[in-house]
Amino acid sequence: MTEFLIVLLVLAALAVFVTGPLRRQRNSGVADPEGALTAERDVQDLEAARDAKYREIRDAELDHGTGKLSDADWRDLDRTLRAEAIEVLKALDRATAELRRRREEVQALTELSEFAAEPAEPAEPAAARANAEQLPSQPR
Amino acid sequence: MALLGRAILILGLITAVYGVGASLYGARTRDDDWVDSGRRAVYALFSLALIAFVILEVAFIRNDFAYNVVSEHSSTTTPLFYKLAAPWSSQEGSLLLWVFLLSGWSSLALFLTRKRMRAIAPYATAVLLGFGAFFTMLMVFYANPFATTANPPAQGAGLDPLLLHSSMMIHPPMLYSGYTLMAIPFSFAIGALITRSVGSEWLRISRRFALAAWLFLGVGILLGARWSYTELGWGGYWAWDAVENAALMPWLACTAFIHSIMIQEKRGMLKVWNVSLVLLCGLLSVFGTFLVRSGVLDSIHAFGASTLGVPFVILLGVMLAGGIYLVSTRRDALRSESQIDSLISREAIFLFQNLVLVAMVFVIFWVTVFPLVSQALTGTKVSVGPPAFKPFIVPLALILVLLSGIGPIIAWRRVTVANLRRNFTFPIGVALAVLVWLLVGTNADTKPLALLMFMLGAFVLASVAQEMYRGTSARRAFAKEIWPVAFVSLVRRNRRRYGGYTAHAGLAVLLIGVAASSSFQHQREVTMKPGQSARVDGYTIKYVRPTAVATAAKVSFGAVLAVYHNGSHVTTLRTTRGFYPAGFNGSAGPISEAFVGNADSNVGLQAGLTRDIWTIVDPNLTPLQPAITRGDSVFEGLMRKLTPAQARNPQVQQSLGVLQARAIVGLTDQYIRHPWSVEFLLIVSPLVTWLWIGALITAFGGLIALWPIPALARRRSLAPYAARLARELASR
Repeated sequence: MTEFLIVLLVLAALAVFVTGPLRRQRNSGVADPEGALTAERDVQDLEAARDAKYREIRDAELDHGTGKLSDADWRDLDRTLRAEAIEVLKALDRATAELRRRREEVQALTELSEFAAEPAEPAEPAAARANAEQLPSQPR
Repeated sequence: MALLGRAILILGLITAVYGVGASLYGARTRDDDWVDSGRRAVYALFSLALIAFVILEVAFIRNDFAYNVVSEHSSTTTPLFYKLAAPWSSQEGSLLLWVFLLSGWSSLALFLTRKRMRAIAPYATAVLLGFGAFFTMLMVFYANPFATTANPPAQGAGLDPLLLHSSMMIHPPMLYSGYTLMAIPFSFAIGALITRSVGSEWLRISRRFALAAWLFLGVGILLGARWSYTELGWGGYWAWDAVENAALMPWLACTAFIHSIMIQEKRGMLKVWNVSLVLLCGLLSVFGTFLVRSGVLDSIHAFGASTLGVPFVILLGVMLAGGIYLVSTRRDALRSESQIDSLISREAIFLFQNLVLVAMVFVIFWVTVFPLVSQALTGTKVSVGPPAFKPFIVPLALILVLLSGIGPIIAWRRVTVANLRRNFTFPIGVALAVLVWLLVGTNADTKPLALLMFMLGAFVLASVAQEMYRGTSARRAFAKEIWPVAFVSLVRRNRRRYGGYTAHAGLAVLLIGVAASSSFQHQREVTMKPGQSARVDGYTIKYVRPTAVATAAKVSFGAVLAVYHNGSHVTTLRTTRGFYPAGFNGSAGPISEAFVGNADSNVGLQAGLTRDIWTIVDPNLTPLQPAITRGDSVFEGLMRKLTPAQARNPQVQQSLGVLQARAIVGLTDQYIRHPWSVEFLLIVSPLVTWLWIGALITAFGGLIALWPIPALARRRSLAPYAARLARELASR
């Protein structure tokens, strides 16, 4: 009997813990649009590529310091690597801007959805309607 | 508590299956709540596995023989240390350990990535929970660690004596950690392929966990080799046993991956190769687990014949087919961003090294499964041993050592003749000097392959030393630090690079030890009486006297040996062979049963930096047999005279036990008093200690490379480059 009760207790704790995120109201039914996820992925990929490029520049410097690269070779390589890194940084700037735009879009949609889910107060129906109409066209 | 344990396993299975569904649903609908719920399922599975594991450990500690697994793998006389380790000596307990470690490492990986990789992580979670569900399912339906019996025995069978070794506590968990850690890069690779996010981000987490898997698996293999050397009594550390090979293959594949991943990070190349290697690592890890558990191949490590083979074959089939499908359908996303500039560059060397490592994996795989193939084709299981591996593995290992020496001293992207001259002169000079010294001063020329390995090992050590010296000099010149500080700063700021170099040096030392000890080993099997001696490689080994000790757990017969070199006493060695009681089941007499159970060996070993003297005794019990037979008949006669009530009387049983113990002590006294001939295996091997030292250096290098750099330190180390590039970007 004790074992049965313990199992029930564990089961209850498990259910509460695992389904916890489903009971919170964070997303209010608004799923991340594909664009936001792709933008986030691009940013993370480019951040990783940027760090790798920085490491590569540092490694080339160390290779030069330890005599594996001559002065001329190192200058050449360093110039190439910096050009590549700048391309990555530019792409990262663009991706970050895109991600910011997408996130604002999601935020606006979430707020709109939450607003629509709230029961309208009879005293200010016109104001609520006006807000709902304005939200999608707010400047981003 | 057995019912609770079983219920916990069922809950674990439900949780894992739910988590797979929640993660996949969350990934498809891009709903973070479901994704979070799936991730929590991993944490929950870990908690459940932990509870189940604690229940099983408590059963072992309390000698609860109602649990089948406890009665079969422990006894009241098993020391507490081994009781704690006994769960993973069984099929059932080791599966539980697998799930425990898998869910633990998975929880860590998913916690670290909880705010990153939102596209990949849900699929990775589903794959990890898929593994968790598979192994939990095996326990629920095939090998339940909480199975009980209605009539528990008063005493358990005890732990197999060969497992009574301190490594038992750490060797299996290390190997299982390695196997389960491999699941993490595998699952993130699958996630990256599904979402076509095969850029740089997934490599970050994969690299770290692949390196951890490499380290754990490597340490596990090392501990296994050490265990074999000091416990198994055959005189070696590597037998090319199927299960040993099963651990070595993913380790080699992982070694290839942690090198080739750098090429993708730096050059955006080898994407197909890298995901294929990660998938191979995952497959080989499960294949290794399959070999241990299915009993399809004979091995000292295997759990024997079982019904787990079919589920494992299905899992391997799904992994293989799924991996091939994903790689082939994502070829466009896996296109290389650039090409190798020169065949004499570090990336080219890494590529050659990868090919050599994969060739080694292929050879080991083929020779290991050859008995199965031969059985399938001809109906006869042909057994192959070490000679089948050596013709392929030795040349490949030589090439690997050469490449591991070239790698550190060659630059990325491009190399000029002047730079080659500057970087290769010292290492080649050292290698040639070592060659000349070995040819002139030793008999190494009799073994050309070993000679080549010594020379290449010297080349690697010299190239690593040169790199460390030059790096420290550059750091010293730049930061005006004293030598030790400059060296530490250099390594701390470039952990991956110098950790890797350290591992290369360790590997060279290890392989020098292997080449020397296997090529120049001297061994003799001799039969000696006390006072007699034998000569092995210039050492005189004298059998001084026999020893014998009887305890409740075992009866040990041994020998004291004195070792002399050129007339001078070098050391005194003690070696024993222990016999464990079989448990009285009517098949052996009351005295015989003390000698017919399992047996283990205690090696007499004098280890040194230049050579090991290794001895083992095989005591001859034949002269004792008449006395043992006489003892059996006396005790059987005595027991026949007892009435059933007397036989059940605890006092009578205790008295019989005391008499039995005295009789066995009498036999050990006889053994000591009589100068009977005893067989010995005597081995003198050079440089074995360097194998262990090399392995430790390699592991230390891996640890340096793995050690996490705090985010602040990483930002600080990259800050100058970031600032310089930001200025450059602004000026354009």
